[in-house]
Amino acid sequence: MRPQGAEPHPHPSYLQHHFDNREQQASAAKLGMWVFLATEILMFSGLFLGYFIIRMFYPEMVLGAHEHLSKTAGGINTVVLITSSFTMALGVRAAQTNNRKQCVWMLALTILCAGIFMVVKYFEYSSKFHHGMLPGRFYHAYDFGYDLPKYAHVFFGIYFTMTGLHGVHVLVGMGVLTWVLIRAKRGEFSAEYYTPVENVGLYWHLVDLVWIFLFPLLYLVK
Amino acid sequence: MISTLFHAPEPAKKYIKDVEGGSWSMPIDASTFGDPIDTLYLFIVAIDVLFFALIVATMVYFAWKYRRRTKFQKTSSITHNGKIEFLWSAIPAVLLIVIFLWGEIDYMKMSVPPGDAIDIRIKGQKWFWTVTYPDHPGVILTDEIIVPEGRPVRLTMTSEDVIHSFYIPAFRVKKDAVPGRYTNIWFQATRVGEYNLFCTEYCGDDHSGMIGVAKVLPWDQFEKALEEAGRLAPNTGESMAGFGRRVFERRGCPVCHSVDGTRLVGPSFKGKYGSQEQLADGTSVTVDDNYIRKSLLEPNAQVVSGFTPQMPSFAGQLNDEQITALVEFIKSVK
Amino acid sequence: MSTSTTMDPHQTGASSESHGHGREPSYLVAKPGLWSWLATVDHKRLGIMYLVLTLLFFLVGGVAALAVRTELLTPEGDFLTAINYNKMFTLHGAVMVFLVIIPMVPAAFGNFFLPIMLGAKDVAFPRLNLMSFWIYVLGACFFLYTIFAGGLDTGWTFYTPYSTTTGTAVISAVAGAFILGFSSILTGLNFIVTVHKMRAPGLTWNRMPLFIWALYATAVVQVLATPVLAITLLLLAIERTLNIGIFDPKMGGDPVLFQHFFWFYSHPAVYIMILPGFGITSELIAVHSKKHIFGYKAIALSSVSIAIIGFLVWGHHLFVSGQSELAGVLFSFITFAVAVPTAIKVFSWTATLYKGAIDFTTPMLYGLMFIFTFTIGGLTGIFLGALSIDVHLHDTYFVVAHFHYVMMGGGIIAAIGALHHWWAKMFGRMYNERAGQIGALLVFVGFNMTFFNQFVLGQQGMPRRYYTYVEQFHDQHVLSTWGSYVLGAGLVWTAMYLIASLFKGKAAPANPWGGASLEWITQSPPIEHNFHETPVVTADPYNFPEIDRSGTGRHHEH
Repeated sequence: MRPQGAEPHPHPSYLQHHFDNREQQASAAKLGMWVFLATEILMFSGLFLGYFIIRMFYPEMVLGAHEHLSKTAGGINTVVLITSSFTMALGVRAAQTNNRKQCVWMLALTILCAGIFMVVKYFEYSSKFHHGMLPGRFYHAYDFGYDLPKYAHVFFGIYFTMTGLHGVHVLVGMGVLTWVLIRAKRGEFSAEYYTPVENVGLYWHLVDLVWIFLFPLLYLVK
Repeated sequence: MISTLFHAPEPAKKYIKDVEGGSWSMPIDASTFGDPIDTLYLFIVAIDVLFFALIVATMVYFAWKYRRRTKFQKTSSITHNGKIEFLWSAIPAVLLIVIFLWGEIDYMKMSVPPGDAIDIRIKGQKWFWTVTYPDHPGVILTDEIIVPEGRPVRLTMTSEDVIHSFYIPAFRVKKDAVPGRYTNIWFQATRVGEYNLFCTEYCGDDHSGMIGVAKVLPWDQFEKALEEAGRLAPNTGESMAGFGRRVFERRGCPVCHSVDGTRLVGPSFKGKYGSQEQLADGTSVTVDDNYIRKSLLEPNAQVVSGFTPQMPSFAGQLNDEQITALVEFIKSVK
Repeated sequence: MSTSTTMDPHQTGASSESHGHGREPSYLVAKPGLWSWLATVDHKRLGIMYLVLTLLFFLVGGVAALAVRTELLTPEGDFLTAINYNKMFTLHGAVMVFLVIIPMVPAAFGNFFLPIMLGAKDVAFPRLNLMSFWIYVLGACFFLYTIFAGGLDTGWTFYTPYSTTTGTAVISAVAGAFILGFSSILTGLNFIVTVHKMRAPGLTWNRMPLFIWALYATAVVQVLATPVLAITLLLLAIERTLNIGIFDPKMGGDPVLFQHFFWFYSHPAVYIMILPGFGITSELIAVHSKKHIFGYKAIALSSVSIAIIGFLVWGHHLFVSGQSELAGVLFSFITFAVAVPTAIKVFSWTATLYKGAIDFTTPMLYGLMFIFTFTIGGLTGIFLGALSIDVHLHDTYFVVAHFHYVMMGGGIIAAIGALHHWWAKMFGRMYNERAGQIGALLVFVGFNMTFFNQFVLGQQGMPRRYYTYVEQFHDQHVLSTWGSYVLGAGLVWTAMYLIASLFKGKAAPANPWGGASLEWITQSPPIEHNFHETPVVTADPYNFPEIDRSGTGRHHEH
């Protein structure tokens, strides 16, 4: 007697053996990704909490120090990431509607946007390094004539930790997107099976969302 | 691991006994907090013993009574009972609320010192306590706190380095001493005697050596004792070396420096005066009056090789006479 | 060819699974060779590998404990140097928490039995499961490296500023714990999805064994709390290397902030350690008394509420830290709240015994032992939750006794019970029952002898993490140390007869205990795919045929 709900043999290559059918597999994968995103949110929350506490202890220091962050660079990066989320969503839609070519293009554009983000970040970080605005005990902005408030090194510590961790997530995202792009090019996705595209999309939207909170808090808020 | 035997110097305070009777008894109740805390403690003991006895007795009884007797024995189909389940949730809940409120109310009383409390300052550092009395300038006690019987005292505490915790079991008081901020406790001793004082937040190598004594004296003797303690000056007829030994013992030095050759956190003083020592940076130095003076005031400027720069500075805490006496004392340790 | 799909595990000695299809090779031998184990995606093989490693680290942590207790035989420091003593208790704590108790039940027993109890062929993400295992191994390597790089002396709690300034191998230890956290998170993630998406037809939430409910609640905690530990450890490492000034007061930070971050994870972590034990106890008591668990819904829901409330009590570790009094009051209140669902469980297990047919098998003995020792642990938590009492008892041996009663008297005792309960299923061999009963007795006596009088020691004022102590505490320490030797002997005895059974034990039937959950219809040991066909479930997992349904007394269909 056949297990209930199983696909007729032979089953498609994407259906793993321990699942009964593709709906179960897709549904499990999506739930898994959402649970993973919950862990990411909790992890970043710890850092956001740290930020709020430092802001509570040293409100003027934070105001003084964050003036030296480049709002322009941050602004560009925000636009770039939001665009990348849009292209990502289009990519998922393309996979869902069997549009292989568009899926590939959208994934490529998303990766490109991520790349632009990292390049802008590179320039931002370089500028900080060159002006001695480094975290903790490496802070020496006074050598460059910057007269920042007393515990500015604490702010830059939090700044680099938060944007750094976020940057690591962007890089990992780029890697995973590239892998999904390669698979898309090979024609592995279709209306029946687009789970990897959908799930990397969920991840990417989270990366974007974290930045949307980071940017105003670190760069803008008075 | 079982390497060079490490014998910390045996302080007399290791033998202070502040439990009432034998190995299973309560600690002595020596403060106004003893009664409320011990009463609540005993109440919880009673509740716990009652519930534990109930549960275990029932468990043992059921296990015995309903042990398997035959191979195909039938069991009951009971799966739940709303009334019993409600009761055994509600009754504990009520008891727990009572205990919570009781603990909270006593805690609030323990958090608000009376207005006429005597001020005492506590500083913890690795690995000794420094106790000073703002109303009695010049009094510096090490690993010792002297308090009057029947009067409230308020302690303002901080740490020089890592988190320590100031704990006197007989008074039922404890609070962390945190670097970078001040914490407060208060208490009122009710019984003359000597009681254990412990550091109870792990702070490194000699955490278990950071113990001391809390001395409770009648009020008239309290003032006198503080004056005595404040006066760290040579007694008439006392040699400088003898006075130096008293400074050495009073200011907490034996925690890290022995006189019998045993290596502790710092070098032993035995035969040290006049010897050549190699420093961490490769240069060498003679242990003379100047080196000793510098070690007291800027201890981490010239650290002997093989030791870590951990010594706190005594700048502002020792006067010239005391420093000279220490030098004489170290000279005398052969 | 058997077409039966309802469970009927009480066909003597066999089941629909092991009859009719002929005996397929078990998972142990299905694929040969070392590589087939190291690269396996079979949840059962992964469970066994986790079991072996966690038990090995239990031995390491246990030896460290014996070294600590041996030093404490005398009031002077004479067995270890002070620094080595500090490294020894740190090693004991860190290994036991991160390498043994947190992973053991979920990763070993959970991996093995969760899919089977749900009627599934594997967990939702078998390759992720394999990755979880190797991440655990990597984390363990960092810990081993720490030992050889000079050890760690901060205590497993890493409080700042001590941990940011000490010269010992903090970074590698913190890296190890960070990595191990990911193993925990991924296992939890896998379990959550498996429970939601891969239950067999007919297996509703209300028909899940309580072990699964417990694992599910644990998984939720693992997934939500561990990321905060990750961030805490990351910040600690950054503080130590870069001095960013978040925890260091000299650089503008707050050392107590570390405690808040740390305990926000570590308190829920203790529920990761005990909730699976609760699940195991439900199984042990029910199966070995052939009686339906009493209060199924209450026990299931209490696991979930403990998981949730457990996130809100972390401040009870900070009552004397300088935290505000108001915070203390709130945390104390919520701490008492978490005691209620816990008590409900203990009462329910005891009530399960009523009118059962109790077999004094080794698993049942451990189940009864759990009720005894965990109850002491739980009741003594009440002292610590009361603010005024905690002032006196915080950081004394009272706390040490309390957490050993719940973590060891609870978590480990339950794990040992599980080991015996499922030994036949995992390895296909029966251990010697008489040897098991002797071991249980030794463990019970040794455990209580080691830890009970530590409550007294703590109440008398003996501080934690002390290497030398004042003379008045001498007798109690002697008693406790001898107890630890008895406990050690009991555990060694247990290991010996269990290992011996692998070579000389009787071949095990599919259902030696007469259990009614799905694992008992599989072969002992199970075949690689667990079931020949996906089972269809029509009754709950405590539906023992011994239960008298003749109409007298209450009778509940689910």
